[in-house]
Amino acid sequence: MTTQLLTGWGRSTRSAADVRLVDDPDDIVEIIRSAPERGILPRGNGRSYGDAAQNAGGIVLDLTALDHVEIDGRSVTVGAGVHLDSLIDTLLRHGLFVPVTPGTSQVTIAGLVAADVHGKNHHVDGSWGHHVTSLDLIDGTGRTRTLTPKGPDSHLFWATIAGMGLTGVITSITFTALEVPSPQMSVTTTPVRELPELMERMRAADDTAHYSVAWVDSVGLTGPLGRGILSTAEHAEADPRRARHASPAAESGRRRPPSMPKGMPGGLMSSLSVGAFNEMWWRYSGRPRRDHRESVRSYFHPLDGVAEWNRIYGPAGMVQYQFVVPDEAGELIGTTLQRLKDAQAPSFLTVLKRFGPGNDAPLSFPMPGWTLALDLPAGNPRLPAALADLDALVSEAGGRHYLAKDAHVSPAAIRRGYPDLSRWQSTRRELDPQGVFDSDLARRLQLIGDVPDDHLAHGR
Amino acid sequence: MAGSLSDMRNGVGRVGSVLLIGGSSEIGVATIETLDPSDRVILAGRPSGELDAAAQRLGSVEAAVETVNFDALAIDDHAGILESVFDRGDIDVVIVAAGVLGDQAAFDEDPRAGIEMTRVTFTGAASAALHSARHLRRQGHGHLVILSSVAADRPRPANYIYGSAKAGLDSLGRGLSHALAGTGVDVTVIRPGFVRTRMTRGLAEAPLSTDPEVVAAITAKAIRRRQRIAYAPAPLRAVMGVIKVLPEPIFRRLPLS
Repeated sequence: MTTQLLTGWGRSTRSAADVRLVDDPDDIVEIIRSAPERGILPRGNGRSYGDAAQNAGGIVLDLTALDHVEIDGRSVTVGAGVHLDSLIDTLLRHGLFVPVTPGTSQVTIAGLVAADVHGKNHHVDGSWGHHVTSLDLIDGTGRTRTLTPKGPDSHLFWATIAGMGLTGVITSITFTALEVPSPQMSVTTTPVRELPELMERMRAADDTAHYSVAWVDSVGLTGPLGRGILSTAEHAEADPRRARHASPAAESGRRRPPSMPKGMPGGLMSSLSVGAFNEMWWRYSGRPRRDHRESVRSYFHPLDGVAEWNRIYGPAGMVQYQFVVPDEAGELIGTTLQRLKDAQAPSFLTVLKRFGPGNDAPLSFPMPGWTLALDLPAGNPRLPAALADLDALVSEAGGRHYLAKDAHVSPAAIRRGYPDLSRWQSTRRELDPQGVFDSDLARRLQLIGDVPDDHLAHGR
Repeated sequence: MAGSLSDMRNGVGRVGSVLLIGGSSEIGVATIETLDPSDRVILAGRPSGELDAAAQRLGSVEAAVETVNFDALAIDDHAGILESVFDRGDIDVVIVAAGVLGDQAAFDEDPRAGIEMTRVTFTGAASAALHSARHLRRQGHGHLVILSSVAADRPRPANYIYGSAKAGLDSLGRGLSHALAGTGVDVTVIRPGFVRTRMTRGLAEAPLSTDPEVVAAITAKAIRRRQRIAYAPAPLRAVMGVIKVLPEPIFRRLPLS
């Protein structure tokens, strides 16, 4: 048994678990049947910001050894532990790309599915759940099930999409890849001096851009709070001049990144430095550019350029606050920036995005409207109160918070934001009647709910 | 496991559940008020008006407050009581605040009474700490706060039996801190100076006297920062640093007794 301290990417939550590297589904079944006292949780590459991939005192499964990849036309089947980073290289060699990628490539595919991750193309393509055609899941009884989005067992499929690893252990995933003409992107960058205009342009981009996202100035040192840089992109046509020399991997911009040093002190994230950083970003990244060719990596995964960048937040770590609100509550974007600025807890890095329609997964985060993601130093003593105020506003507006990022919301806020939680809980019980799967996130937010009395004796 | 209905400490340091051993301790209750847990507070102590008053005073915190019958002297019962407390859900913070000061002059006349005091202040508190540590390690997260005293740093005539009990408990806390490294459990030893409470009522105040609320604020901060040792008030750290290394002849001439 190897007890390890695990944290989320924000490094603000921490607990110890018995981490088991498993390479054979039979071993997973054996561990499930052993019914460990504090449960089991699969963990991908630990990029959830909060406590979603931790299981204090229990067993955490490391599935990175399940790394097979099979490509059949556009249909791609991968093991749970396949890394997005290497999968992108493999797919590009076949003229393919993942249907959805988040802002980092340092994730596993099962992690993407378990959190139903979205990308900059949500308004067009939806989230990961829209593209999975089949998945293999070992449920809480040790039985392997093949689940699909349609048919009599579709509710089990959709409970597993965005199920945060709490419905079972995903071992294999089949999804439909995207055909792309080149490993490069054609990117248009537009600085916009006011938040309302930025949001207006983003709405317009819903119909015209495949990918669209905006960086937002959360401090406004020399201009209005909420000014931003809109970036829209398409997959670039092949460039005949370059095709002969470069390999897709090289052209995709893959390189070994420098690493943030260990032991960064606290307090680097003062209001002053956050203000300066935002000013710098506005000035240097905001040059207007049209149809600029960029590698997929520099476009989709710019932060992967510095490994362990989360260390810059010092020992207290950071929380990423991400919520979605419907279109009619769009004014909450500006309100959020103002409140955090007033509370002297401005965000280091702020990203605004449009969401299109959601899917059938009860715990899936996206719904039509606006989503704002803010990186906040967790050590700021004014932060808890400021976030509690914002939580209430988000709930009142009919919005919700992203479980893969969350480290602080209350069980009540999750119940308001995810009205189908109880439906998910009863489906979860179908897959895990003994209550074998558990996580720190589930305990903190009471996601799993009451276990029937006759199972309590077993569970404890 | 699955289905346990308990909050956990979250990413911005908000605590879900707190267990206070020595449930009517004014420092303990003030610390809970400062932490403002969101889920569950358990005050473990002997049934008394003071214990009820402590529960009353915590009516303002978000968490549900309950009391549990716990006698520091009845060490054979500790395992069962703590088992049932932890069985009903994870505990984020355990504060061990059981202890009595007693009257040194009376102890000089009646050594048995002095030893009886150490059975609460050391043996009972140590037993509660060790049982709690076992449960915290099992749950893989949590924080154990041991209420020590500056009296543990250097004995003096006015309270050396109390000081020796606290010194033992202080050692136990630091040892636990080391032993629990890597288990997800942190231990903080708090060393308050003279705190104006029921326990010290009527005694002449020492320099740097303070109030339970100050100790509470320092304790809450120490939990957030995972500090191993914290003095309250903070300047006592420097003062005790000097006092600990003073040569005995000089120390004996200080007006401390």
